[in-house]
Amino acid sequence: MLCDHCKERDAVVHLTRIVDNAVSQLHLCEKCAAEKGVETTIALPQHPLGEILQAVQQQAAPASSADAAVCSFCGATARDFRATGRLGCAHCYDAMETSLRELLRRLHGSSKHVGHRYDAPRPESLAEVDARTELRDKLQRAVDAEKFELAAELRDKLRVME
Amino acid sequence: MTRRESIDLSLLPDGGVRWLDASGPNADIVISTRLRLARNVVGYAFTARARDGERLRMLAQVREALAHVPTLDGSVLLRLDESSSLDRQLLHERHLVSKELAGLDAQHPLRTGAAVFLGEQVGVLVNEEDHLRLQAMRSGFDVPAAFAMASRMDRELGARVPFAFHKEFGYLTACPTNVGTGLRASVLIHLPGLVLTKEIGKVLAGLQQMGLTYRGLYGEGSEVVGNFFQLSNQTTLGRSEEELQDLLVRVVRHVIEREEEARRVLVRDAGYIIEDKLWRAYGTLRFARSLSFDEAMNFLSGVRLGVGLKLIPGLSVYTLNKLLIFAQSAHLSHSEGHVLTDSESNLARARYVRQVLAREGSGVE
Repeated sequence: MLCDHCKERDAVVHLTRIVDNAVSQLHLCEKCAAEKGVETTIALPQHPLGEILQAVQQQAAPASSADAAVCSFCGATARDFRATGRLGCAHCYDAMETSLRELLRRLHGSSKHVGHRYDAPRPESLAEVDARTELRDKLQRAVDAEKFELAAELRDKLRVME
Repeated sequence: MTRRESIDLSLLPDGGVRWLDASGPNADIVISTRLRLARNVVGYAFTARARDGERLRMLAQVREALAHVPTLDGSVLLRLDESSSLDRQLLHERHLVSKELAGLDAQHPLRTGAAVFLGEQVGVLVNEEDHLRLQAMRSGFDVPAAFAMASRMDRELGARVPFAFHKEFGYLTACPTNVGTGLRASVLIHLPGLVLTKEIGKVLAGLQQMGLTYRGLYGEGSEVVGNFFQLSNQTTLGRSEEELQDLLVRVVRHVIEREEEARRVLVRDAGYIIEDKLWRAYGTLRFARSLSFDEAMNFLSGVRLGVGLKLIPGLSVYTLNKLLIFAQSAHLSHSEGHVLTDSESNLARARYVRQVLAREGSGVE
């Protein structure tokens, strides 16, 4: 539902007003609600995980230190996670391991994967794939820039690899 | 591959609708089974946090690798980020891409790098919430076949692209609700008997206690229309792939039995009332001049029940499945050659349904 005021953002604040026995409904986004002076002191969790996340965070550690967890790979914080319900990257699982383990227990009844095990492919076969991907990217860029001589050269290299 | 042109669905290996052909087990009650595995590629932030360039590089890496994945031989790449909104809607109506990937969801605008590889009864969604969603679709109630297919694709692709895997948590996903196996198996099931006998509430509550969940026709966040439900596993961690499938199979088998029992009760206790109601639904579909989508779905549900109970002869489940997909707005717009308004859609829908039923419908008066 769009905000009644700006008609641009999603409405997150829903007000029911009763004036002279007439009931009216107002749906506002966070920004317009703030502008109109409607109190929204905490951003409400907008996903079903929100409540569980908040409970787990509060339990795991005092809010300040839990919020301080930052993923070194993607820069996402525990606060970002709580706001969106989504992790930023695979490394976030290490950065927020303790609180996630508790969350997973609540969500799934377990935090331990018992399904198929997976071994990632050997690096040398990956390097080959990477090199080809890079060549393809370069080729595309050369074609886009109309550098056809270069494109032909890259195409030949790619053929040899394939 | 040509891009920026309207999608030619005839290019898809099976039109993307082989799962509709009603050839699978229990096809009168279970329309289709789908199974998806959520995977992320090592070295990139998850889709929502990744930059445009990262998403495009990841797509290129996967495209490169897919050339060597036999399960996807002959597959077609569709770049959603370069497709019109009508085409994206069309693919979503065909249940080939999620609303999020198609950028049709107000909360998730279309992302650079959003794409799908479509093969025969299989697909790889790229740059959805997770980098990859490997999916397999089958007609009717056939979880083992769908799993075998998805799992083969997973092995073949996972041998060429490194997936994010954690020794304790399993396959890592953007949302913690998918972590572990990353497996979601679901069936699209038609339960009019349980709805009419008002048993459905109890059955759905029971499902949830067993660790399953239900959704509407289009999956997450969609409403239940025409008595069609999607039942799927709720959790993905702490149970093996085989245990998750077993659970779904056991519970769905039970739900099918309950539905059959409800249908027997309806015929026994309210035979002529039901028969009259179902033929009225057929009559409306056969002759109405304007049909909204919800209306069409509800009447189709009645007719489907009539066919299941053998009260309406001469009409195939395949025809009903086809109507379910092709009577949707984007499909109607596509076949009319331009985008239709709601009221134009209603007229086109009624015309289409009339034509199909005149051709393939029951000849009984």
